[in-house]
Amino acid sequence: MSGRGRRITDEEINELISKLQSMLPESRRRNAGRVSASKLLKETCSYIKSLHREVDGLSDRLAGLMDTMDSNSPQAEIVRGLLRS
Amino acid sequence: MGVIDIMDAKGTSSLGNPNPNILTPHPSKSSVAIRFLRVLSLVRHTASSSPSSRACRIRRAACSCMAYSAGPRRAWSRALLRKLVRRRRKPPRRDLPRPAAIIRRRRPVGGDRLEVALRRVVPGGAGMEYCRLLEEAADYVKCLVMQVRLMQSIVDFESHVHSVNKRSEIDPGDRN
Repeated sequence: MSGRGRRITDEEINELISKLQSMLPESRRRNAGRVSASKLLKETCSYIKSLHREVDGLSDRLAGLMDTMDSNSPQAEIVRGLLRS
Repeated sequence: MGVIDIMDAKGTSSLGNPNPNILTPHPSKSSVAIRFLRVLSLVRHTASSSPSSRACRIRRAACSCMAYSAGPRRAWSRALLRKLVRRRRKPPRRDLPRPAAIIRRRRPVGGDRLEVALRRVVPGGAGMEYCRLLEEAADYVKCLVMQVRLMQSIVDFESHVHSVNKRSEIDPGDRN
């Protein structure tokens, strides 16, 4: 499976773990020093699942809003906003 | 105030990374946003039967925009793109019952239960080595968060526009 042929060092794993930890909202809030790998994996899994749920919820809301979208003004405003940035 | 301004106000400072683009350059917010808005307008102009089927298409659009913008540089985006292409070629058969042999998934032998769970939620996570999995998970989370913020901004924006339009319908003299 590993085609690289070199051993992964503990340092590299630790670096990846802290990088992943910095992505998670709870760890950032608590400013935790180091969490165990298993806790991190658990948090990452539940965070990704909650993000998936948010995408589902927002898709539903967007689908609902589509009925009320005016064909002209919102598109123009959004595009204008994008061009400004 | 455009959609991107709202995204900026809500989000980038909280990531706490001053230079996220040094090692792994990210798709720019504008490119993801423009792509997504384009797909949204396609969905809107296509005659759809119900809000739920529209919601389904929007969800797929969100996935595909994320994956296209990340491009082939990431294993998770490649896996998502493969899945989308497969789905396009073979539409899902919902009405036929699946054979029992396919229903039970092959359980991976050994491996941490949590690691297995993570491999399941990260696209393409099954075949990666552990280090790569952590890297891909971090990048996937970053892109997911960006997608969620984009969609939230659009929803906020459209809700605002809708409420403004409703108000001016009630009192046309107030139009500004």
